[in-house]
Amino acid sequence: MNFTLQIWRQDYPGDAGRYETVEAHEIDAEASFLEMLDQVNERRIAGGGDAVAFDSDCREGICGACSLTIDGLPHGPQQVTTCQTYMRDFRDGQTIRVEPFRNNAFPVLRDLVTDRSALDRIVESGGFISTTTGPQPEPNSMPVSPETQKTAMDAAICIGCGACVAACPNGAAMLFTGAKVTHLNVLPQGQAERGTRVRSMVHQMDAEGFGGCTNFGECSLACPQEISIDVIGTLNREYRRAVREEKKATKKMVAQ
Amino acid sequence: MSSSITLDAKIPDGPLEDKWNTWLDAHALVGPRNRGAHTVIVVGTGLAGASAAASLAAQGYRVKSFCFQDSARRAHSIAAQGGINAAKDYANEGDSIRRLFVDTIRGGDFRAREANVWRLAQLSANIVDQAVAQGVPFNREYGGALATRSFGGVLVQRTFYSRGQTGQQLLLGAYSALQHQVSAGKAKIYNRHEMLDVVLVDGAARGIIARNLVTGELERHAADAVVLASGGYTNVYYLSTNAMNSNVTAAWRAHKRGALMANPCYTQIHPTCIPQSGEYQSKLTLMSESLRNDGRVWVPRKPRDSRPPAQIPDAERYYFLEERYPAFGNLVPRDVASRAAKIVCDEGLGVGGTGRGVYLDFRDAIATVGRATVAGKYGNLFDMYSRITAEDPYETPMMIYPAPHYAMGGLWVDYELQTTIPGCFAIGEANFSDHGANRLGASAMMQCLADGYFIAPHTVTNHIARQSSKVDERHAAFDQTLDEVRERIDRLMNVGGTTAPQVIHRELGNVMLDKCGMSRDAEGLAHAIERIHEIRDQFWTDVRVDGRPGQLNQSLELAGRVADFIELAEVMCMDALRREESAGGHFREEHQTGDGEALRDDDRFATVTAWEYGGEGGMPVAHEEQLSFDNVKLATRSYK
Repeated sequence: MNFTLQIWRQDYPGDAGRYETVEAHEIDAEASFLEMLDQVNERRIAGGGDAVAFDSDCREGICGACSLTIDGLPHGPQQVTTCQTYMRDFRDGQTIRVEPFRNNAFPVLRDLVTDRSALDRIVESGGFISTTTGPQPEPNSMPVSPETQKTAMDAAICIGCGACVAACPNGAAMLFTGAKVTHLNVLPQGQAERGTRVRSMVHQMDAEGFGGCTNFGECSLACPQEISIDVIGTLNREYRRAVREEKKATKKMVAQ
Repeated sequence: MSSSITLDAKIPDGPLEDKWNTWLDAHALVGPRNRGAHTVIVVGTGLAGASAAASLAAQGYRVKSFCFQDSARRAHSIAAQGGINAAKDYANEGDSIRRLFVDTIRGGDFRAREANVWRLAQLSANIVDQAVAQGVPFNREYGGALATRSFGGVLVQRTFYSRGQTGQQLLLGAYSALQHQVSAGKAKIYNRHEMLDVVLVDGAARGIIARNLVTGELERHAADAVVLASGGYTNVYYLSTNAMNSNVTAAWRAHKRGALMANPCYTQIHPTCIPQSGEYQSKLTLMSESLRNDGRVWVPRKPRDSRPPAQIPDAERYYFLEERYPAFGNLVPRDVASRAAKIVCDEGLGVGGTGRGVYLDFRDAIATVGRATVAGKYGNLFDMYSRITAEDPYETPMMIYPAPHYAMGGLWVDYELQTTIPGCFAIGEANFSDHGANRLGASAMMQCLADGYFIAPHTVTNHIARQSSKVDERHAAFDQTLDEVRERIDRLMNVGGTTAPQVIHRELGNVMLDKCGMSRDAEGLAHAIERIHEIRDQFWTDVRVDGRPGQLNQSLELAGRVADFIELAEVMCMDALRREESAGGHFREEHQTGDGEALRDDDRFATVTAWEYGGEGGMPVAHEEQLSFDNVKLATRSYK
């Protein structure tokens, strides 16, 4: 198969950037989108040109490193990561636009490589259970019903790729944050920090410059793990509850 | 180079089951208020690295955690699917620490250290407890208790799992524990940083040189101990189930500074992977071993049988694992399953376009327990398979073939997980430790987390407590090492050839898979070494690294890693040549039983071979550690 690629090129963070037209000839239909880019790069290097920089690692849809926007869609036309998008999903002769995930909180470092450490900082602000290494209680002393496990797991499978952010017209990171809050807040182990967790994570999300959710639902449609938009409902409920409780606690303190 | 090294594994005296507690009771401590004055560098943020970094920071040390990925959460442990073993005996089968120990020693074909494996089995239950406390959502039974299942090479159900994404969940647990320490100000993560050398002062590891992969800047980082948790080297085969960027560089640079490399020829070729479809392919995808719980492996009895699999009647199907190994059937260990698949394909019975494939069939499981139950257990794996191959495994059998997956070999470490460089530790897949010549399923995550949560934090403490001097980045050793790193980068940039590094990597991989893969022989290995020399020469005369060193430059990153893989490949072949026996994943054609099973030579090779770097252009030197088996009887493995 043959393709014409319009690829975003940017030399360094803050560089104005431009689209470059690159021909990709004789590509196997069974090659993944990234393997197509590998071949383009291999030929460019052999021909004295420079390789196009892009992030990828596991190439089996679980690490969340790949971060391309293909014809305006984060990860591409199928609801899977770019590494699991195959050229058989495109038309022979098609012109394809390739750019990085676009969001103000994800600055471009070079070409198609972005800095998504804002997502790490959201986790750092409270996306954990504050336990340290050492003797722990016997797990079966704290039963977790399979339904609760399922709710937690359906959210915990988030790969942190940021496609939800790139897909959102508001640039919101609420699917990402909602998934982590849902995972930890439904489990018995997560109860002690239920309120502080959601408050700090929402605060950090805002500080990073992510937008707010207005229920477009694009995030969930772009999510390669098909995380349900329900997690945003949970996030909002947990947040309201936490704020209410904080107010109550403050009032009590004032009264005392 | 000196050859006066004596390998002291420092195994504590006393009965096997007391050794670890004996060690813990006697090791030196650092007072809680003094720990903040000590820095520990941890390279890698997979299960071993993240758990060690989180645990050391929680103890109070200043931890600098390095990863080349854009986020610590992306380390390749994230892709581990099946599960993690723990000797908890929830299934009331009479499981015990001793049974897990024996299974692991036996699964490793009697080439692992007894004391290390016992400690691993002993700590296994704590790991699951730790993970649950962090909020890892393991699968549960209806009453809310933890669920378990069975894995290859064992006859009990001791594997805990989170659907088919156990590695992801355990890693996110360790990553979140590390982020907790970052938020507490005790740990700092240096993402997009690659360690390019270890800095030695008076023979001890006192820091690293790392390249900032965004700016290209070379950075000095001093520490009181360096922990390498940089993973395995299976990408030496080019195509493997490892991530694209998994590499041997951190371990190899330590090797060149004096850390011995142990048993490099022990690599695991995993039986259940999606077969290769073309030359352009960049990696192979693993389908979890857990599938062999319910999937039946077969090939048509008739060579080149072109009928669709569903139309081939049972009598004309060769369920080769069930026939050859009736006791374990489809759940034989990985090395045995892989070799059996290779043999039937060599006999011309393979399926698929290339003839290098066997069926993994769920027809009978679906008929017995129903599609919904099968989907509940393996749904995400089935989805992944159909996404990659455009075939529906509910309707037609999967096609699988073995693929390079895991390195049992690695940096030689003593009982304290310390390499032959004082102060330089190696944990997780980066060390040679506990799996002998073959790793059992669901044991890698167990070992990584045992090393990271429960062993390294104590052994690193013991080292720091006994070390009196302080070193900082102004020491001349940092300047000198940094200069050497810069020279090497300049050399890579200036070869000025026309071939992309990945092309040379692919050639190396073809040689290694062919001659040092699932089966090896003396002639092939000797030939491989010649080819590796040619590939090395081609690399240093014809590689082209585009771009500049002072920028984000993925070609430069790859070129550096390929250069190290080429050097490792030679030592792997030398190790495979030297080990004149078959053991686990190392199968020498010259050493097999009448019915084609691995034939060990315990008199000569109940040993660990640890290779010393021979210097530029010099020959590597082999050292030996004798293994003793006082608690299990050395026996030929039989899964029949």
